Amino acid sequence: MLNQSLKLNTKLFNDDVEQIPIRQGFGEGLLQAGIEDNNIVALCADLVGSTKMDLFADKFPERYVEIGVAEQNLASVASGMAAMGKIPFISSYAMFSPGRNWEQIRTTICYNDRPVKIAGSHAGVSVGPDGGTHQAIEDLAITRVIPNMVVISPCDSIEAKKATIACAKIKEPTYLRLAREKTPIITTDDTPFEIGKAQIVFIPESGLADIGIIATGALLHKAILAAKILEKDGVKIKVMNLSTIKPLDDEAIVSLAKEAKALVTLEEHQVSGGMGSAVAECLALYYPTPIEFLGVQNKFGQSGTSEELIKHYGMDVPDIIKAVEKVLKRRV
Amino acid sequence: MENLTDLKIKELKITANNIRQSIIEMLVEAKSGHTAGPLGMADIFTLLYFHALKQDPKRPDWKDRDRLVLSNGHICPVLYATMAYAGYMPINELLTLRKFGSRLQGHPHREFMPWLENSSGPLGSGLSQAIGMAIADRIDFGPGTDKTIYCLTGDGELNEGQNWEAIMLAGKEHLRNLLVIVDRNNIQIDGFTENVMPLDDLAAKWQSFNWHVQEIDGHNFRDINDAICKAKAVYEKPSVIIARTIPGKGVREFERDYHWHGTPPNKEQGQMALKELRTLGGRIKSEDE
Repeated sequence: MLNQSLKLNTKLFNDDVEQIPIRQGFGEGLLQAGIEDNNIVALCADLVGSTKMDLFADKFPERYVEIGVAEQNLASVASGMAAMGKIPFISSYAMFSPGRNWEQIRTTICYNDRPVKIAGSHAGVSVGPDGGTHQAIEDLAITRVIPNMVVISPCDSIEAKKATIACAKIKEPTYLRLAREKTPIITTDDTPFEIGKAQIVFIPESGLADIGIIATGALLHKAILAAKILEKDGVKIKVMNLSTIKPLDDEAIVSLAKEAKALVTLEEHQVSGGMGSAVAECLALYYPTPIEFLGVQNKFGQSGTSEELIKHYGMDVPDIIKAVEKVLKRRV
Repeated sequence: MENLTDLKIKELKITANNIRQSIIEMLVEAKSGHTAGPLGMADIFTLLYFHALKQDPKRPDWKDRDRLVLSNGHICPVLYATMAYAGYMPINELLTLRKFGSRLQGHPHREFMPWLENSSGPLGSGLSQAIGMAIADRIDFGPGTDKTIYCLTGDGELNEGQNWEAIMLAGKEHLRNLLVIVDRNNIQIDGFTENVMPLDDLAAKWQSFNWHVQEIDGHNFRDINDAICKAKAVYEKPSVIIARTIPGKGVREFERDYHWHGTPPNKEQGQMALKELRTLGGRIKSEDE
């Protein structure tokens, strides 16, 4: 059952659950943050509409800079603005920022310790028809490895809005991972959000969990659907929304591992280096636990619909159920 | 900014000479680092820190200061030495260059030296940062802002594509508060710039991107100063000063030889260089006279 204390969207199991792109939440959050703080500025590399930065740019044209198709310049110009006291948000597709401009992000933003907020839209294979060149499935790995960086991968547009507003108030450089497609609304305006805090969104009706599923991003919805099916089959599941991947909520992860004794991780990302790897790094240190990693298995993306691709790369509800059954056997 | 008197020029020459000596001592002690660029840029750094820049070493975080972004971080021995002589840190600290625990990192890092405007080393990103500073300054103070954002770049560094992204943007934004000085010394690691990757006609390139362009002798204090004054008087465009410099300037054996780009002098070479600088028997004294 859903964790009542989080005030989640009770309609999330319905077929007609409301769906909104996660990037929309970013656009609304940036506008809100910009209204609250004059120091917030925005820069975009010729994708102002696609990344939903247009809501801010239309309202505050004097605080918006169009950089053109030049992602390296995008990152470093933002660093310079931050040096003068601004809080810059930069946006492009995740493949290009933080993909193409990784070294500029490392050196001019993180090494300089400047509070630039990097919004990478169109992350994951669910970008769909554009194909593998435009599907960033390495972005969590390359951002979380950089010192000083905070990494957030919101599960829906409402959480993305809260994450955007929250990251404007911290001094660390931050990567916000956003998806293009409409995705189910899981949280509500009343659901709490804090950077660095994981949440258990689904809990057994009674007793302890047999297995924990840790998901990040829009796939959290599939994890919850799988948990409900498994519950009916008598497997007790806890589902964690791990939206902040760095700094990692070690305490919550270890606590879940101690209870469930085995875990499945789920992310729209390469299984190497992403959220699952972060969880494994934590547990190897504090509470070694069997894990099945769901995500893209050392492959590039391709064209297709979002649903076709999620299924093809093994991140759909049946894949989650299979992984749970598999890890049940490895449970110690 | 005042005009340069003859007396002031004499003082600047002495300071630049002291800075060159420190650069040699630092590199000999560090046993690694870059020689040609720092020696070649000593006169420009001296003019900036001892005449042109609106800065106060006692208040390095002064909000209204001019900003100086060093893009080609590998020439940092000249930055460190000049800042030490200007009062930002003790001169004897210069000998810690590149050593463990030193604030004088091999390439500048703000975490170790918070009064630096930027960290640098990977080439080609300083100009973008300076542009960001200039845009932010204009947002806060309008086009009439009296701050100047300086960016110092090397010529070999202009091979990096990011510079041209930045050059396009500054031209588009008409950033009159931005002033770039290119160290046109014609060398880079693998050889002469025109052999590795030709840059000429460099002035025409910048001009076509809507920049105000000047070309000067980067060892003539009056030229450097006049060019900066002229650049500040340009209202509608960003400015670039292409400063023709001699790599290794001040030590005849090092001059114009690209092998000295990334090589430090050994002890004997260092002694020879210091002797030449200290006796003032070399060309520094004679050239401007």
